Amino acid sequence: MNMLTIFTKELRSYFSSLIAYVVIAMFLVVAGYSFYTYLVMFLTFVGADLKVGLWQYTFHYLRFAPLTLIPLLTMRLFAEEKKMGTIELLFTAPVRDLDIILGKYCACLLVYSLMLALTLLYPALIGLYFSVAPGPLFACYLGLFLLGAACIACGTFVSSLTENQIVASIVTVAVLLTLWNLDWNEGVAGSQVIAVLHQISLSEHFLNFIKGVIDTDSVVYYLSLVFFFLFLTRCSLAARTWQGLK
Amino acid sequence: MRPKGAPQIDTIPRTCYKFNPYTAVCGPPSPCMHMTACAVDWGRYSSLQHHTSTVTEFMPAIEVEHLTKMYGPARGIQDISFSIEKGEIMGFLGPNGSGKTTTMRILTCFFPPTSGRARICGHDIFDDPFAVRRSVGYLPESVPLYRDMTVAGYLSFFAGIKGVPRRARPAAAAEVMERCGLERHARRMIGMLSKGFRQRVGIAQALLGNPEVLILDEPTVGLDPRQIADIRSLIKGLGGTQTVILSTHILPEVSMTCDRVIIIYEGRLLAVDTPANLVHRIQALPRLYLEADGPADVLAAVLSRVDGVRAVNPAGGASGTSAFIIETEPEAAIVNDLARCVYEQGWTLRSLGPASMTLEDIFIQLISDQERIRP
Repeated sequence: MNMLTIFTKELRSYFSSLIAYVVIAMFLVVAGYSFYTYLVMFLTFVGADLKVGLWQYTFHYLRFAPLTLIPLLTMRLFAEEKKMGTIELLFTAPVRDLDIILGKYCACLLVYSLMLALTLLYPALIGLYFSVAPGPLFACYLGLFLLGAACIACGTFVSSLTENQIVASIVTVAVLLTLWNLDWNEGVAGSQVIAVLHQISLSEHFLNFIKGVIDTDSVVYYLSLVFFFLFLTRCSLAARTWQGLK
Repeated sequence: MRPKGAPQIDTIPRTCYKFNPYTAVCGPPSPCMHMTACAVDWGRYSSLQHHTSTVTEFMPAIEVEHLTKMYGPARGIQDISFSIEKGEIMGFLGPNGSGKTTTMRILTCFFPPTSGRARICGHDIFDDPFAVRRSVGYLPESVPLYRDMTVAGYLSFFAGIKGVPRRARPAAAAEVMERCGLERHARRMIGMLSKGFRQRVGIAQALLGNPEVLILDEPTVGLDPRQIADIRSLIKGLGGTQTVILSTHILPEVSMTCDRVIIIYEGRLLAVDTPANLVHRIQALPRLYLEADGPADVLAAVLSRVDGVRAVNPAGGASGTSAFIIETEPEAAIVNDLARCVYEQGWTLRSLGPASMTLEDIFIQLISDQERIRP
């Protein structure tokens, strides 16, 4: 009930300010351009068989959305409330911290989903002229969605640490890029370390989905990142009550 | 809802603090949280709540016992106790940084105290913080508002947060807007409103859902005199039905609006009394203000020779006149003597009467009183 109220309010404020429109428009421009260039490339060099590579290339490119655009969506979630002082009203209202967190998180997730849903235009267009395999495409979308869900949780947490939105977005980008690149250079660590890094880096699991594989490992990995970061957010909100306790 | 087969409230082991909203999941347990969080979550639905709500009829609206809050090694407030009856308007008077906001944040369950207890309408801030929050309307000092929302939208949102069902929200918002004189601004963006109207929106938010207790942190700060008068009459109108705590550092505000006053200084409680009694206590040492058009040094010398005068302190004065604050012996009726003295020297008396007390005077007086009692 309370969660729903906060969810509705957050969603409304995404669309009553320019943020949601600007981010979605930016995303569609970049995504559309990359889709177009990959499509032309495939038609020129590979012929008309688009099933294999086009979606892999396009979706691998679309990872920029969660990694660089989501921080712009999440930065305001708590930082703005802290700056304006409105968080004090929420903290003294009969609402659980968890309701606040989930309401805000879900609102951001919905904006992100809308962003992804708009790109369904591409497969629809392709489907007019060529056949589109629905299975791998679904895996691609699921991967991008889960990656985004994890990134939003991370951004929510970072936003709860500061009252400066710019700081929140920069730190979120830094954390996400580090998590993405964790295992990119196999030469810098021993094979055992790399094996662990492969498991905790964002990229390895994402590549599974892109290839059309829905691996339970990867699903569980992204969901546990979501839980982990939301749990940290809850601790960060509760930190106000720790001061001066014996 | 209490899960099926869950134990009764009283049988829950007291070491279980897992769901306590204050400590989150990983927070340290506080020694004061002897009732468990399970009681917090289920308490609203359990028989425990019925029990407390019948008891509230006979209870003061707010009871505070030995409240202490530490900020690290620094003390926020120290051993504060008071109780407020239903329908009373209580002024919370103290200079900035004296612990008013800290006390209010404890009462609104923003954070817990280091030690001590507090009950609002019979609900303990540790045992049942959600019941406390439901019975309190709070206006923080900074008057936080979502500037990109309309007045009606903002109030409907908080009505929702306070548990008003979706369909009843517009009516709830309309009611408080009417009480605060905001009807004509319902569809305006809050960011576009003047300071006075923003303050009203903040108070309207606190009034939503008719809470039994209103806690207003400096509700008149930064307003012009007319707006201050409006807000004061609004607050006065609340007394009797709702219990109000309002903090301020402006002395006349207290005597105009409040039934009783709590004076707090550097985290310590100095006095709890009615404004009239306080003025009486403070004026145990009478001080007079005298202004005449003679030369300052001669005038001071003459005045200090009058019987019953303790000290003559210069207090400026307009051009061509000299003003003094004259401290007299207690119970000395020397106004006539002073007037005659000035007259006999051939000077004109411009003003003579009780010196107005500033907040600083009151604090200094109360602190020195206290130190006399407890050296």
